[in-house]
This record gives sequence, C-alpha cells and structure tokens, in this order.
Amino acid sequence: MSAMLEVRDLNAWYGESHILHGVEFDVNEGEVVTLLGRNGAGKTTTMKSIMGLVPRREGQIRFKGQETVHLRPDLIARAGIAICPEERGIFASLDVTENLMLPIKVADGGLSLDEIYTLFPNIKERARSQGTKLSGGEQQMLAIARILRTGARLLLLDEPTEGLAPVIVQQIGRTIREIKKRGFTVLLVEQNFRFAATVADRHYVMDHGVVVDMIPNAQLEANMDKLHDYLGV
Amino acid sequence: MLMIFGYPAPLMFGQLLLGLINGAFYALLSLGLAVIFGMLNIVNFAHGALFMLGAFVAWGLLEFLGIGYWPALILAPIIVGAFGLLLEKTLISRLYKLDHLYGLLLTFGLALIIEGIARNEFGSSGMPYRIPDALQGAMNLGFMFLPVYRGWVVVASAVMCLATWLVIEKTSLGATLRAATENAPLVQAFGINVPRMISLTYAGGVALAAFAGVLAAPIYSVNPNMGSNLIIVVFAVVVIGGMGSILGSIVTGFGLGIIEGLTKVFYPQGSATVIFVVMVIVLLARPAGLFGKNA
Repeated sequence: MSAMLEVRDLNAWYGESHILHGVEFDVNEGEVVTLLGRNGAGKTTTMKSIMGLVPRREGQIRFKGQETVHLRPDLIARAGIAICPEERGIFASLDVTENLMLPIKVADGGLSLDEIYTLFPNIKERARSQGTKLSGGEQQMLAIARILRTGARLLLLDEPTEGLAPVIVQQIGRTIREIKKRGFTVLLVEQNFRFAATVADRHYVMDHGVVVDMIPNAQLEANMDKLHDYLGV
Repeated sequence: MLMIFGYPAPLMFGQLLLGLINGAFYALLSLGLAVIFGMLNIVNFAHGALFMLGAFVAWGLLEFLGIGYWPALILAPIIVGAFGLLLEKTLISRLYKLDHLYGLLLTFGLALIIEGIARNEFGSSGMPYRIPDALQGAMNLGFMFLPVYRGWVVVASAVMCLATWLVIEKTSLGATLRAATENAPLVQAFGINVPRMISLTYAGGVALAAFAGVLAAPIYSVNPNMGSNLIIVVFAVVVIGGMGSILGSIVTGFGLGIIEGLTKVFYPQGSATVIFVVMVIVLLARPAGLFGKNA
C-alpha cells in the first residue's frame, strides 16, 4: 500500500536561495511523523512546499496518489491537507469565532463545533475576543482547532510548542494524541525532540535541506547520541 | 428669520446639505478606494475616471437604449465593475509583486486614457441627465427647502456605505476579506481562491465608484472631468481616514463634506482648501490617519 504523503526529490527556492535539495520521505495514513533538525535545516520550508506556499518548488509531492507539487495552495487545501503555521497565523482583525470558521470545509469527517469546544473549552469562552488578544497557548489551540474543522485528513503542524509554557506543551501533546486517535494523520515540525517522542511514530531528521535519517520512535532512546549530533544539542 | 451664529438658518442648512451631498460622494468614492487599497495594495488613481464612466454609462443607457435612471443605478455599476474586472485581470494583476508606485502610475495612465477617450468622443462641455420623475421637486422642511433628489443622494450613499461596512465587518465573506488583507497566502492555504477574491474586490470597489457616478449624473452635468475634479479631494479623505480603513472612509467622507460646507458659510475663501488643511493637521498628529491601523 502506498503512503498517504510521498515526497520525492523535493527542491525549493526562495528567490536565488536554493533551500531544499532533494527531500524524500513518506507519511502513512494515521501516523504522527516529525521532521526534526537544527534551525535552517529546511523543516518549515518543507511544510510550506507541501502546502504550496513556496513559489518555486520542483520534484514530486503525492498526496493520496495525486501529484500536488504544481497546484495552488487553495487547491492543495481542497485536496485534504491543512496547515497550522509556525507563527500560528491568528488574524488580528478577526475575533476567535471568525478565526475558527475561516478555513473552508473541504470534506466530511472534520470535528464539529461542539467537539472542538469540548476539546478546547477556552476557545468557547473567548469566542468574541479578538484573535490576537488570546494568550500564546490559547492562540496555538485556536490555530489547531481551526484546521480540525475542515475535514482535511493530513495536518501539518509547524512547531506548535514553540515559546509555550511546559503545562501548555503537555496540553498540546494530549491534543495531538487525541487527534491521532480520531484517525487524523499529522506531520509535525519540532525542535523539541523530547516533546516529539511523546506523540510521534517516526522521526525524520533534516540537515542542510535534505533528509539525513529516519528513526522509529521506539528506537529513539537507542539513537540518542546520533540525534544529539544531528541537532547539535 | 432664525439666525445661527449670526448667519441666516436657510443659508446654514443649505450649505450643510451641500456639504452632506459632497460628503456622500467623498464617502462612496473613498470607500471603494479603501477596499481596493486594503486588499490589493494598489492606489487606484483610475477611481475618478471610473466614477465618470458610471455617469457616462447611465447617460448612454438612457440616450441609446432608453433605459432610465433606476435600472441604470444597478446596470451601470455592473457594467463598469465588469470593465474593472477586465482591467484587473489583464493589467493590474501584473503589478502586485512590484512597488506601490507602479500601480499608481498604471492607474493614473488608465485614468488619462479613459478621460481622454471620453473627451474626444463627447467633448468637455458635458451632457445633462434628467432627474427621475419620482425624485423631482423639493420638500419644505420649515427651516429650508430640500431638493428631493439631493436628499435621495445622501440617503442612498449612506445606505450603500452602511451595507458595504456590514458586509465587510459582519459577514463571513467580510471576515475572509479582512483576513486576506493581513495574510493572503495563509488565507489561500485555507482553501480560498484569493486571486479570484482580489479580482472581485477590485470590481466591487469600481462598482461603488460607478454607483456614485450614476447618483452624480443628474447633479453635475455628465462630463469627462467630473471624476478628476473629485479624485484629489477623495484621496485627501482616504489619507485623513487612514489608508485602507473602511469605517475611516465613511466617517471622514461625510464629516469632511460637512466641514467643507460649513466653511463656505463662515470663511468662503477657505472652502476649497479646508480639507487639505485638515489633512496636514491629521498627518502631523496621527500619520496613519484617524482610523488607520497604526494610529
């Protein structure tokens, strides 16, 4: 059986800068897979390339067998991929509900508003607040909740724990495990591999715009020295 | 006779009404400019020419097809809006990745071309456009006579401004538009066809200008210069309100029309410049404008 997402020989550029140099990896349906790597390794650019947000990209990105590398971002979203961007992307001119309802529904199978409010009670309480008036953790919850509504089955989460307090990081971990339980597939970019270990099935390690290793989560402990070398920690 | 601040009340209210009418046009035009600037980041210098085109289309519909004022009030904005869509698709969309200055130069050139063609075809003297029968005459309000058509212009503009504000601030379509002005690529990644939305926004802004043009046709003669006479003042209104601010355009448009009207009573020689004086003061005190995001 082929993977839900297959990335082959992916190259991407920002202007003249060649950022990705032939990235290759797979994500199977129902998995949580992380992209680990140092700053500047190309993790976020890989996410953005999958979502069509990098203007110049070449190679193959097949989602459920469909080639998406040359599609516009809105068509990629309609194919069933959703992104929670690194900077969260909460809109200041929209209130919490408007932020939540902004992405269009692309398929059945997304969470209902009731399910979202059960999972993230703070969002309901702050429904009329300006989106950017929420705390960092609440904004992150909103950014994740927003894409759970759409029915997209592959969720791209770019550093969802960045800059958050440990208690909020734990909460996001619980949320990702709950998402996985409900059958969603998650591609996660993380700097914090200790957090990644609590949620992921497999880890791809990136360096200088290529994937240099794949470590199953069960073998993470055994590969800790190698991982420290890769990440420079 | 009732006097207000030493001036006859009919004079005062008459100028107030004139100010409101001018303010109605300022508001409608600056609203369209604000919507276009907010979404496209284009300073649409062709806006005055498209306002003029709205009046010409209404005149043409009547002259050549016998289609009167009321259908023209709907048809002219649709026709001119479609023309705007064509301009955006074929010309303006090529400039989004360039500096604002290129958009300004292109639309300024378009304004010169549109006005030049109108001048060449119809001359500069202007053509009359009759007030529709239902809006003929005047009402005696006790303290002044109110020409019905002028009252209608103020009401129609206010309703159109309010409707536009409601759509942008209170509907999901408006929320999508506002979000796209903040971060268009992310909105597109949420499944929304942003390029199409941008084109339709330009067409909508242009249609507002054309709507104002049809309203203006019976007041001013339909002439090629009617847009260029207004557009500089309208840009001052947009700057005072805050570039891209919807509420700012509406409030400032009506407010400055009234200030201009009252200046005609108290200091007539200053009426042509008062808006620019206000602009200088606002820019010194609040460079982003009264309702601008960074005010």
